[in-house]
Amino acid sequence: MSLSTISITFIPLLIGFILLYGTFKQVPTYESFVEGGKEGIKIAVQIIPFLVGMLVAISIFRASGALEALTNLLRPLMKAIGVPVEIVPLLFIRPISGTAALGMTSDLIANHGPDSFIGRLASILQGSTDTTFYVLTVYFGAVGIKKMGDALKVGLLADVVGIVISIIVVSVIFGAK
Amino acid sequence: MVNYIWVGMTIIGIIFALVNGTMDEVNKAVFDGAKEAVTICIGLISVLVFWLGMMRIAQESGLLEKLSRLFRPLVKKIFPEVPENHPAMGYMLSNMISNMFGLGNAATPLGIKAMEELKKLNGGKNSASRSMVTFLAMNTASITLIPTTVIAIRINYHSASPTEIVVPTIITTVLSAIGAILIDRYFYYRRSRKGR
Repeated sequence: MSLSTISITFIPLLIGFILLYGTFKQVPTYESFVEGGKEGIKIAVQIIPFLVGMLVAISIFRASGALEALTNLLRPLMKAIGVPVEIVPLLFIRPISGTAALGMTSDLIANHGPDSFIGRLASILQGSTDTTFYVLTVYFGAVGIKKMGDALKVGLLADVVGIVISIIVVSVIFGAK
Repeated sequence: MVNYIWVGMTIIGIIFALVNGTMDEVNKAVFDGAKEAVTICIGLISVLVFWLGMMRIAQESGLLEKLSRLFRPLVKKIFPEVPENHPAMGYMLSNMISNMFGLGNAATPLGIKAMEELKKLNGGKNSASRSMVTFLAMNTASITLIPTTVIAIRINYHSASPTEIVVPTIITTVLSAIGAILIDRYFYYRRSRKGR
């Protein structure tokens, strides 16, 4: 598990390096830290309304069963283009809810086995894309951008491309089963 | 577009609940969703305070500027509107590097700082600039080197090789990031042809 050793050591090393470099360059480290930190509180509070609005809409959409219906509706189409039926709900949940997607991924891995086609595809999908709605809401919300322009369209299209690529990559590397 | 999607999800959900008798769940969802959002924000305070504090030191010591100088040639091509020595470059790079190492916690505050700088570059307007759209497109395709959470799940379910998905994930994530940049370019050129 050398990989996880790298990621475990990375943060402390980074912190140590920043502090030593700051001291070396004679930055008033503690004062700077506090000044920078103050901004963090402001930003966290500022995001609240953006995230509340978005998460309530997403929760309603999911709890009402509308998301499931949409998934069922598109299932035949997905099957026609070679997407395994089991993975379809994950495709729709991935851009809108990170925690729900993570739950679904572990569920798929538990039920189909981590080394099955579906298990591998779910693993790679989970690891290679991010929660588009959350990213846009938090980043735009924090700086008070109200007109997102093409950002959502671009983000969601990029997700579609990501899904197609992961299906191809899994099929090529591990073989379609 | 966000307005339509936002209203659309809510209204379709409510109509659906009327038809299917899932009103109870929807009522609960309203409050659960709101609560989850606040919980996330409160949870972010600790991370935001710590990493923005650290980053202030990195910025004042000139570390951030050094970093952006290192990757300048590549990033300059992706963000042609951002001046070479602008602090936005440093923040965007540190955000992407944190994402690569799966440090979502560290990545978010840096991304927010990058957005702040990009907003300044855009004259403080409340609409998204070209660079912001590109930056977020890359972020949603999140380039990951080590998908730690997924590896943990795979270990949990006794995979014969939990880390076998690392290389495919990197390949996928790099290709989708390239895809994201191309899609972003396409929309940018479409916008500029229309003359905005």
